[in-house]
Amino acid sequence: MAASVRCFLRSGKNAVSALGQRGFHKSAPVAVQMMVRDALNQAMDEELERDERVFLLGEEVAQYDGAYKVSRGLWKKYGDKRIIDTPITEMGFAGIAVGAAFAGLRPICEFMTFNFSMQAIDQVINSAAKTYYMSAGQQSVPIVFRGPNGASAGVAAQHSQCFAAWYAHCPGLKVVSPWSAEDAKGLLKSAIRDDNPVVFLENELMYGVPFEMSEESQSKDFTIPIGKAKVERQGTHVTLVTHSRYVSYCLDAAVVLAKEGIECEVINLRTIRPMDVESIETSVMKTNHLVTVEGGWPQFGVGAEICARIMEGPAFNYLDSPATRVTGVDIPMPYAKLLEDN
Amino acid sequence: MLTNISNVLRACAQRNGAAAVVSARTYADFTTEASFEIKKCDIHKLDEAPATEVVLTRDEGLQYYRTMQTIRRMELKADQLYKQKIIRGFCHLYDGQEACAVGIEAGINLTDHLITAYRAHGYTLTRGGTVREIMAELTGRRGGIAKGKGGSMHMYTKHFYGGNGIVGAQVPLGAGVALACKYLENNQLCVSLYGDGAANQGQIFEAYNMAALWKLPAIFICENNRYGMGTSVERSAANTDYYKRGDYIPGLRVDGMDVLCVREATKLAADHCRSGKGPILMELLTYRYHGHSMSDPGVSYRTREEIQEVRGKSDPISLLKDRMLSNNMASVEELKEIDVAVRKEIEDAAQYATTDPEPPLEELCNHIFHNNPPLEVRGVNPWTKLKSVS
Repeated sequence: MAASVRCFLRSGKNAVSALGQRGFHKSAPVAVQMMVRDALNQAMDEELERDERVFLLGEEVAQYDGAYKVSRGLWKKYGDKRIIDTPITEMGFAGIAVGAAFAGLRPICEFMTFNFSMQAIDQVINSAAKTYYMSAGQQSVPIVFRGPNGASAGVAAQHSQCFAAWYAHCPGLKVVSPWSAEDAKGLLKSAIRDDNPVVFLENELMYGVPFEMSEESQSKDFTIPIGKAKVERQGTHVTLVTHSRYVSYCLDAAVVLAKEGIECEVINLRTIRPMDVESIETSVMKTNHLVTVEGGWPQFGVGAEICARIMEGPAFNYLDSPATRVTGVDIPMPYAKLLEDN
Repeated sequence: MLTNISNVLRACAQRNGAAAVVSARTYADFTTEASFEIKKCDIHKLDEAPATEVVLTRDEGLQYYRTMQTIRRMELKADQLYKQKIIRGFCHLYDGQEACAVGIEAGINLTDHLITAYRAHGYTLTRGGTVREIMAELTGRRGGIAKGKGGSMHMYTKHFYGGNGIVGAQVPLGAGVALACKYLENNQLCVSLYGDGAANQGQIFEAYNMAALWKLPAIFICENNRYGMGTSVERSAANTDYYKRGDYIPGLRVDGMDVLCVREATKLAADHCRSGKGPILMELLTYRYHGHSMSDPGVSYRTREEIQEVRGKSDPISLLKDRMLSNNMASVEELKEIDVAVRKEIEDAAQYATTDPEPPLEELCNHIFHNNPPLEVRGVNPWTKLKSVS
């Protein structure tokens, strides 16, 4: 069974866009479709309007309207003071963003992709994540680091790494990974309102995917709590735990498996750290089987952590077979399409 | 103000039980202020250098003297406690550089902001910390300025952002604080300090670039004490004119052993920032008597003669003392009384720092997140679940 899930997940990429049309939310009759990028844009717009201390900085976020157009229109509306184009100096501007947070502002620091955040990772970890603890609560750091994470299409090894495991390793950070447009909007608003450093991992391939937005998600005060997973599909035979783009893959796989009489329960983590282990445990205690699905590399990854936590908790006794991890292949990302798809 | 000082000093004399005659002369006999010649600063892309003739009042002089002496004695006490293994880990001492911290603070306001690297004890004091809190933090006790959780390198007070362990990282942070000052239009500025060793860090140049582009009210200050740990400036920098390294940013090179020189330069720099002209750079030529840290004897890369020479000719506290005495701004006895008072303050603080209990184990996991409901933290093994509150 694991093999067929794995096999299907690998070829599930084509199903992503088709999937987006189907609303898995039981939403109210007034359904609005919104792409993930527009949901992110709306979230930032609403929070910029709500709190004067919020501002956005990053490469091309202002006059270019955002490298991936996520910040389109914001500079026109809010101007130079609040939407700031930076030079290509990640370590510098990430440090500046953290310093601004020290002094009472609420920055959103965009990394064009999280691959570039590696240049600034010292500021994220040592200056942002650890400061509240080192200062024994005197200095808080209300900052959001956001940008596309993980694989894109054809951008090759240096632009395709998933950083979920790296950032989620560190105490003092919250790490969020939305899937749908509603996730994106609600979680980004929560992240901006949170008084702590939040690493917000988007996915470039999801930006253009439309989702139905429930009526409640259209409110300016709509937030999704950080730290709570969501069961996207109920099932009884196997639990699929995943995040970001791979939620689509799992839902696709679930449809195929349903035809074979296997009902999958798909859990969208939404937050990597702090992880909602209880939701996973509750599900595993019902289905007795666990598969984790992610795009990142297998070693020391998100799936590895889930397996370890399940082993340490009450759900272990309910497993009928060892948990399985479906991950990216343990190699740098190749360029050729055939290779990348596999 | 004069009455206050005289009262304090009289009280000190009484406490010591000495039948010392405070002074045959009354305080009205002292000069209330005098002019001094200070060294001219080298300038870079500036129209004028700070004045070379400056006025020091008696009150200011006594205050600078007391603060510098407090830093000196506090650092020497820390040296002692470290050798007794009561302070552990890293300990980077500031003795010799006192004129920098005191002079800078004299040129800005407490409402301005300051950030430095790990040689931070002096600044923690000038920015409002007490000796007690600082020493208790060094010894890792609950009364420490960071409740024992930060240690030597992570001390914070209002508008003072540490205490930073990663070399150079504090400079972009400081530029960010300056950005907030400009954003909030509060006429405040941020002083970002770094050493000659850090001055070659790429992120510092990134900070220079953005500070200049966006005209941030940032004063970047390089405390050049000639050695980055064990590496002299000649061996680490292709260009040792640190005040020019900001290129398009105006700079000045200042005698960092003279508190008046530092103060005048800082005032000029502060005016520059507050007038909206953008960032400015200062290089303070200073010296540390101790090694890089307590693990470094400090004599493998420099000679004892060099250290002695600086102590003999350029000690910042002696410089100020000589000026005040030779201009009749204070008496020998008066300054001695300050010394005694400072010594007592340090002793009391050390006593506190060695007897205050360590932070309670229940506090281990607190302060992970701010304004957060309490959360569970995994302990050393899966069944140890610890609690964390904001």
